[in-house]
Amino acid sequence: MRAVSPFIISNLSKSFTMHLRGGLIIPVVERVNFSLEAGKCTVLGGPSGIGKSSILKMLYGNYKIDAGSALIKHGQEQVNIACVEPRKMLEIRKKTLGYVSQFLQTVPRISALDIVAEPLLQHGVTQKTAHERVKELFTLLNLPEKLWHLPPATFSGGEQQRVNIARGFITAHPVLLLDEPTASLDTKNRQVVVEMIEKKKQEGVALLGIFHDEDIRQSIADKIIDVSDFAPLDIVKGRSKNEDGQAA
Amino acid sequence: MTRELPLLDAQSISKFYGSRSGCEEISFQLFSGEVIAIVGESGSGKTTLLNCLSTRLMPTSGSIHYLGRDGVARNLYQMSEAERRFLMRTDWGFVHQNPSDGLRMAVSAGANVGERLMAVGERHYGSIRQTAQNWLERVEILADRIDDEPRTFSGGMRQRLQIARNLVTAPRLVFMDEPTGGLDVSVQARLLDLIKGLVNDLGLSIIIVTHDLAVARLLSDRIMVMKEGRVIEAGLTDCVLDDPQQPYTQLLVSSILKG
Amino acid sequence: MNDEVGDGEVLASYNFAYLDEQTKRMIRRAILKAIAIPGYQVPFASREMPMPYGWGTGGVQVTAAIIGPEDTLKVIDQGADDTTNAVSIRAFFAKTARVKTTMQTGKATLIQTRHRIPEEALTNDQILVYQVPIPEPLRFLEPRETETRKMHGLEEYGLMHVKLYEDIAKNGHIATTYAYPVKVAGRYVMDPSPTPKFDNPKMNQCEALQLFGAGREKRIYAVPPYTNVVSLDFEDHPFEVTKFEEPCALCGSEGAYLDEVILDDKGHKMFVCSDTDYCEKQQRKKMQNLGEEAKQRAFS
Repeated sequence: MRAVSPFIISNLSKSFTMHLRGGLIIPVVERVNFSLEAGKCTVLGGPSGIGKSSILKMLYGNYKIDAGSALIKHGQEQVNIACVEPRKMLEIRKKTLGYVSQFLQTVPRISALDIVAEPLLQHGVTQKTAHERVKELFTLLNLPEKLWHLPPATFSGGEQQRVNIARGFITAHPVLLLDEPTASLDTKNRQVVVEMIEKKKQEGVALLGIFHDEDIRQSIADKIIDVSDFAPLDIVKGRSKNEDGQAA
Repeated sequence: MTRELPLLDAQSISKFYGSRSGCEEISFQLFSGEVIAIVGESGSGKTTLLNCLSTRLMPTSGSIHYLGRDGVARNLYQMSEAERRFLMRTDWGFVHQNPSDGLRMAVSAGANVGERLMAVGERHYGSIRQTAQNWLERVEILADRIDDEPRTFSGGMRQRLQIARNLVTAPRLVFMDEPTGGLDVSVQARLLDLIKGLVNDLGLSIIIVTHDLAVARLLSDRIMVMKEGRVIEAGLTDCVLDDPQQPYTQLLVSSILKG
Repeated sequence: MNDEVGDGEVLASYNFAYLDEQTKRMIRRAILKAIAIPGYQVPFASREMPMPYGWGTGGVQVTAAIIGPEDTLKVIDQGADDTTNAVSIRAFFAKTARVKTTMQTGKATLIQTRHRIPEEALTNDQILVYQVPIPEPLRFLEPRETETRKMHGLEEYGLMHVKLYEDIAKNGHIATTYAYPVKVAGRYVMDPSPTPKFDNPKMNQCEALQLFGAGREKRIYAVPPYTNVVSLDFEDHPFEVTKFEEPCALCGSEGAYLDEVILDDKGHKMFVCSDTDYCEKQQRKKMQNLGEEAKQRAFS
């Protein structure tokens, strides 16, 4: 018998209603269907502006889902992200669903070391062990040691992103969402991230990512989903319908 | 699997001032370790709600059950005043927008922090002072200010002192009313950091009222948006702020995040 | 009207002990309630008295309500019987109630006092009436009367220790030396009026009934005989009675409360008993002893 997929997405639809612009409705995606597999990396493809990031945000509970379901395997239960209580969503984020965004949300006075160690501490790992693991990751990602104890607010984009990646990869979430984690990295560090993703796959983690870099996509993707397939059919119609409102 | 009981369970809280309503039909649950923000413009009823929740004000109707340390949930509005006041000075904290409402301005910083300890029967001067000193350090007030009165402190220091005064009895629930209001931006950032750190370290549950969405985003897990006395939108903080559904919430978000 | 007060030198138009009988009854009811709830401040309808507030109008009303023709009255002002306040109050009752007055603690049945408790132990057939300026011990820390009443009602007395904490923090020891707060019968915290803390231990298990009257603040409170009165303190800063390094310069007694008396412009001073009656008694004793010794020496 086949194991249940860690994340099954069926008929997911989303549109934005812009009340400040006369109730303009902007459809984003319609009837998104796919599922993730443990130990595999699925990549969302298609031109920019097609709704790839929106899909990730919906799956992370960051955007509301208008229709459809997204069933995630959370411990022993299956939970539908589309109608989950906020508290449950937080628990899922803590234990099951990880997310690496493009940008690091910096907390002004907390050191890079502590920012990355925090999710581990939440899981009950001792501070000493957590710091050791963070240092390993920082070394792997070539983050200069002199930065470790500084708050990342003043770091360069690439340095911040490496801190961000370390924070996203340090936990053992069985499902991991990656929103262009390699965007501002140099070739050497991109390669490191590719290796880290490979390692996650070996550990049985189901990954879903957006990668603009063709090389990376080629080297890590087990499956590529073209998001253009889910472009709303009435998108052109909808826009023309609201043209007056938009102009006003 | 046994279901965890909420720390605070508010059901249909309404407060009327004559025929005018302060807040209407508000229900929500707060679980241990959660931070919930109540946002809205001034006059939206958020402070009335906070005062009803913290029993500083009696609502016209509704109930709140609070889970005591003994694991029993009791209706706050049916408790005796003595019980409620005991709760307020041991298991709860209340951080006022204006520190002088929450501090004794003519009493030293050390005594301000120590008061709650003395109120619950601590009678050893040395240990009260030691605890006060530890808390002052924790909220980044230099130890040599322990005998100074808060009226000689800056606004940010006063607010940090007020927090220390509240947390000294290790409360499980803290109410905050615009804790960063009236502070400079840089002072605000430092205070928010401090609160964030304390929430993480102590596993505090917080109900915070703020009109500042950035404060809500930084501190809270969940958010309730109030307008004209009612909650019009609620959910995960990042979800409500990144994908607001109601026209009013969209207006609020777009007016604040413009900068 | 009382016919007894009809003749000659006493003022015919005044009632016995000045106050009318209805007022006295009202005050007595307040006193009874105060005795029933030791340390609790009972409100009463304080009257205008023919003396200014701050001159003991509360104490005078309590005294007027309980004094009888058979009583012997002693009035103390800062320990002394011969200062203005003591003299005028004594004269007031001598005139309006025609009671006997005395300066000797042992001979008095009723003692009205300001700021001191006599050194001589009181007995169970005596009543001590205190004049109280500010009855509320929490007042200086909590200005709201509604709040202080609630604090008394719910026995929330943390604030009292805040005051003592401040003392230690500022002075290294509890520097409150008068109006030192006490807990009465394990329940109410009470301000013992501005008596020196030296006198606090005398209130504990006192044989005499102690009544407190605050005229301006309109409060009466009481400590019944044989009641526990405990001075508040910290474990590591226990309550301590003021100690004097030298004995009284007049009577030589040790262990009594002393007043500093400046003798001249050059700063010379001496310490003498604040309780004048006690001091005189000790002096007489001393003289007697000296006489005895001289006699013995002469006959040996």
